[in-house]
Amino acid sequence: MNTITEGLLSAAKLVVTLDPDLVEISLRSLRVTLTALVVASIIAIPLGTVLAIQRFRYRRTVIALLNAFMGLPPVVVGLVIYVLLSRAGPLGVLGLLFTPTAMVIAQVVIITPLIASVTHQAMRDLWADYHDLLISLNATKRQRIMTLIYDGRRTLLTAVLAGFGRAIGEVGAIMIVGGNIEHATRVLTTAIALETGKGDFALALGLGFVLIGMAIAVNLAIHALSGTEREGRW
Amino acid sequence: MNILPLRLTAAEVRRRGKRLLGPVDLTLGTGGVTVIVGPNGSGKTTLLRVMHGVERLSSGSANWAVPDRDAQARQAFVFQSPIMLRRSVAANLRYPLALHGVARADQDVAVTEWAAKIGLSDALTTPAPRLSGGERQKLALARALIGKPQVLFLDEPCASLDGAATLAIEGLLRDARDAGVRIVMATHDMGQARRLADDALFVLGGTIAEAASRDRFFDRPQHPALASFLNGDIVT
Repeated sequence: MNTITEGLLSAAKLVVTLDPDLVEISLRSLRVTLTALVVASIIAIPLGTVLAIQRFRYRRTVIALLNAFMGLPPVVVGLVIYVLLSRAGPLGVLGLLFTPTAMVIAQVVIITPLIASVTHQAMRDLWADYHDLLISLNATKRQRIMTLIYDGRRTLLTAVLAGFGRAIGEVGAIMIVGGNIEHATRVLTTAIALETGKGDFALALGLGFVLIGMAIAVNLAIHALSGTEREGRW
Repeated sequence: MNILPLRLTAAEVRRRGKRLLGPVDLTLGTGGVTVIVGPNGSGKTTLLRVMHGVERLSSGSANWAVPDRDAQARQAFVFQSPIMLRRSVAANLRYPLALHGVARADQDVAVTEWAAKIGLSDALTTPAPRLSGGERQKLALARALIGKPQVLFLDEPCASLDGAATLAIEGLLRDARDAGVRIVMATHDMGQARRLADDALFVLGGTIAEAASRDRFFDRPQHPALASFLNGDIVT
């Protein structure tokens, strides 16, 4: 109990004093996660929508794989990306290992299947509702996809926020490909892991509370900006 | 460009070994209102969907006077359960126009005009799925007509609506007919069929058992099953 109290006090102190290290790693956490979220959403939302409306061979296999990839072990993802980006790997020439870009790549790989899968579920239901109308109105495939994404945007927000939640709390993969280098690739989760390893549980907990607070703040901000739960809004 | 006549030749629809429609031979000429009646499951909706091109034929053909692509753009369909886009009333009205690249200013004019016609001028910003059943059906009809189709298909548009809403829908349909829109409508409401039809089809067991002008259809039915149906007997 004492440790938790100390953690809360530690978190409050870090926030109130605007600790420079905390600000730096918090901003890096946000930058890496939001970049990964934007990239993953650009890939996953159209992919999930196309899977909902397009019939093609092996479609069910693709959907099953996508669902399976939602549970990809981050450590394994990190390891594979590490091998690919390491100097001896096929992408070693890019020199991305132990950079925030490598961390973004890892997070994109982890959250894209999650966002795509939730998008697919939501779009499948919406497509069932809209199918006859859009066919009847002679909408092109692109128009159908854009209509579903636009009208399903509130549900897609849930998919995106689920992706954000998974990415902001991720530690295994980004620890491997980022290396937790101070002032370079250290983010909140890797800092928590480091402080825990050092035995400074109060600071680790403090950082954890800051992480949770940041996740809640981002969720609230996105909801507020998109106007969900507001009377008369869709 | 006139897309009519539509010719169905030996049109058949089979699903999982079961014949849902056909063989049907039918020519849909220009002008007027054709009403399709028949018992539940007789094939009315399938026939409408085949004519509209959203139901694939298992055999036979359905040919418009112009290529299908051109014909498709000049027809509209109102479903029994109106499908509302999860948007405002105005956005629902605007949608078919936007799909076909109508200029924004022209869209605004059409939306204002049609909202007034269906009595929803004060509800333009209301989410369409929150409208009452009658309002939704009027909106669906207006959305179908706003693109100025040559042919309008309706599948029991007044099912489960009250008298006032039915009257409003029928008024819109008369206006559309007077404006030259060819209307093909399935209905269970014999009173409505008599009020609106110029000619009528009786569908039974997936085939057209009788096709005739309104007076002959309702006053001198030839097919015994149609005579029973019009008498209110149960026909299967």
